[in-house]
Amino acid sequence: MTKVTMTVNGKTVSGEVEGRTLLSGFLREGLGLTGTHIGCDTSQCGACTVHVNGRAVKSCTVFALDVAGAEVKTIEGMANADGSLSVLQQAFQDCHGLQCGFCTPGMVMASAALLADNPTPSEAEVRHGLEGNLCRCTGYHNIVKAVLQASGQDITAIPA
Amino acid sequence: MYDFEFVKPASIADAVKALKEDGAQALSGGQTLIATMKQRLAAPGTLVSLTGIAEMKGVSAAGGQLTVGGATPHAVVAAEAKAAYPGLAALAGGIGDPMVRNRGTIGGSIANNDPAACYPSAVLASGATVVTDRRKIAADDYFQGLFTTALEEGEIVTQVIFPIPEKAAYVKFNQPASRFALTGVFVAKFASGVRVAVTGAGADGVFRWTEAEEALSKDFSPAAVDGLSVDPSGLMGDLHGTPEYRANLIKVLTKRAVAAA
Ligand SMILES: Cc1cc2nc3c(=O)[nH]c(=O)nc-3n(C[C@H](O)[C@H](O)[C@H](O)COP(=O)(O)OP(=O)(O)OC[C@H]3O[C@@H](n4cnc5c(N)ncnc54)[C@H](O)[C@@H]3O)c2cc1C
Ligand code: FES
Ligand code: FES
Repeated sequence: MTKVTMTVNGKTVSGEVEGRTLLSGFLREGLGLTGTHIGCDTSQCGACTVHVNGRAVKSCTVFALDVAGAEVKTIEGMANADGSLSVLQQAFQDCHGLQCGFCTPGMVMASAALLADNPTPSEAEVRHGLEGNLCRCTGYHNIVKAVLQASGQDITAIPA
Repeated sequence: MYDFEFVKPASIADAVKALKEDGAQALSGGQTLIATMKQRLAAPGTLVSLTGIAEMKGVSAAGGQLTVGGATPHAVVAAEAKAAYPGLAALAGGIGDPMVRNRGTIGGSIANNDPAACYPSAVLASGATVVTDRRKIAADDYFQGLFTTALEEGEIVTQVIFPIPEKAAYVKFNQPASRFALTGVFVAKFASGVRVAVTGAGADGVFRWTEAEEALSKDFSPAAVDGLSVDPSGLMGDLHGTPEYRANLIKVLTKRAVAAA
């Protein structure tokens, strides 16, 4: 076992890990941050998406030791300081961008990274940016709408 | 996945030294290798991460060439090669999805040489040079078949140097589930002639379509390949597409790439 230290949602955290410990495992089992979901464990579904130094990555396909010292942000770090939902999270609720919610942590993290790169994306850019995130419930339309609403764009013209 | 020892050197020299150990293997973005290890198809005793080596990262253009560090993620190439080599930047920006592009690297992609990977077509069509810790390898000598390259045990791809073409474009027909290329064609037009490389279709991996190169060198227009056809023998067939289907795709995508270049 090796000691690993990183910053997660603004707090410095440490834990003992094996070489093979994935970032997803360190977050969920090491730190109890179970908001990061594991859907496929094979880099396909994006449910495990978190930010590493501001970039979205699939935490099931990154070793914890490889991101030692990094700034990591998970879904638990997305709400406002007073516990209310962030603009993006609120948009998912307003637009019915989730049903079972399993994909939602990854969708929110991927969308937040997308908006950081491109604050007013087109609908096509949102769809391209969410290609790595699978949702088995919503059919995606309402997720795309939520991201566009969060970007401050008018979504009334987009068909349901 | 079996456990292993993890090391993260800060220089190419230290990585080369670490890779001399028995059972050691390089880890770059991990977007291929970690999945392979989960399936226990690879079980290295030591993983040598290349992600902490600053001299292997970055994109720079000078003297008609674009140099990409071996550990540069696809997303960085997509953003930073845009001005100097837009065709290559567009290819990098179409690999997988944003999360894959933030981790996966050019060195990992061409070391792996998946027959459906995108980068090998750009490296071959550009006539790029693969630079390793010990030598320089011309693209035409580098790719040697399915998941096979000229790399020796423990050899690291440190840079890829692309001559910048006058015009170039990559068009891929996505395999919709994996987003790899069901077939992809990279066309590059240089003053000295046109090179056309095909990925996702060859039973032996990436290859050059020389008949199209000759035709396009004379007349760089989509119509120039109208009279040509690709022989399906030697092409891959699977549940996503027969060799005949891929043969037709190669021609269609070549025309689209010429039009887009
Ligand atoms: C969902 C998904 C979709 C994808 N879609 C596409 C796609 O559309 N097109 C495409 O081209 N690829 C695609 N990929 C693959 C992706 O581009 C990978 O990044 C790439 O194949 C491997 O790069 P890596 O840096 O992750 O390498 P790793 O997984 O770390 O390593 C791969 C292999 O290369 C070796 N290696 C790594 N770096 C070096 C080096 N510098 N020198 C020598 N050997 C090295 C390793 O030892 C290992 O054997 C996809 C992957 C996923 C998970
Ligand atoms: S759990 Fe990581 S991509 Fe599905
Ligand atoms: S809301 Fe159920 S998987 Fe997306």
